[in-house]
Amino acid sequence: MHIPDGFLTAQVYLPAAGLSAAGLAWGLKRTEKLDEKRIPLLGAMGAFIFAAQMVNFPVAPGVSGHLLGGALAALSLGPAAAGVIMTAVLLIQAFFMHDGGITALGANVLNMAILAPWVAYFTYQAVTRVLPGRFGNTIGIFFASWLSVLLAALAAALELGWSGMFALNVILTTMALWHILIGIGEGILTTLALNYLVQLKPADIAGEAKE
Amino acid sequence: MKHKKKILLLASFLVVLFLAPFASSWPDGLERVAEDLGFADAAREFALPALLPDYTVPGLPWEKLGTVIAGIVGVALVYGFLQLLAKFLWRADGVARGR
Repeated sequence: MHIPDGFLTAQVYLPAAGLSAAGLAWGLKRTEKLDEKRIPLLGAMGAFIFAAQMVNFPVAPGVSGHLLGGALAALSLGPAAAGVIMTAVLLIQAFFMHDGGITALGANVLNMAILAPWVAYFTYQAVTRVLPGRFGNTIGIFFASWLSVLLAALAAALELGWSGMFALNVILTTMALWHILIGIGEGILTTLALNYLVQLKPADIAGEAKE
Repeated sequence: MKHKKKILLLASFLVVLFLAPFASSWPDGLERVAEDLGFADAAREFALPALLPDYTVPGLPWEKLGTVIAGIVGVALVYGFLQLLAKFLWRADGVARGR
């Protein structure tokens, strides 16, 4: 859901860029502490998310999706670090691959680097509070990932609608429709990656750990 | 954590090498919506040229090789950029700087 140049008006992309900058700074300030042992993982996590984003999988005839990674980063390294990681991925994609616009970068950061990680983080916490144990952990990861994609897509839809690309309610509905499906892929891939690749428990994200 | 880092980096290269060249070429959710609602043509290329436009190497006739090269360059760039950034944003004990 990388928004290209030309889809957003300045009245939308400028405030989005401002919000993104403020959001990243606030996230870094708010986060108590990133477990020092996890700092070396930042680069590797960004590298993996960049790679995984290249792999589009079909979700319906004529539509594909790919891992977004905001939930994966947030649930392994915390939402503030995830913001930094996702922003790095989006920067390289925009400037070197023209995947996502330069003027739209602020909006893309807002949707995918700030909103998606925080949605995943809070959703995971809420689900595991209701459902403790291994089952709750898996359901929490899956649902948090799914919702992070859906809400990021709806944010993109709002920005497109406010830019006058089409009637807002139609953009919202169609974006929601495809991303409800794409989010299932996000849920499966994030669950697998957290359990078998990163092997980190979301519950012990440093500084925000809860027992 | 050292081995987790190695596993993630190894996985990144395996994904670029063996999965990225065979990715679905169907439009993603947003591209599909833009096509269906008829505003896909509003997309503009920024004046600044990209080094690896759409994950291809311009002028290289082997498209899948281009994808792999673009992927490896991208992985290296993201990794290097974040390694540098991590040094500035977090102190060695994990506390965010500038608090």
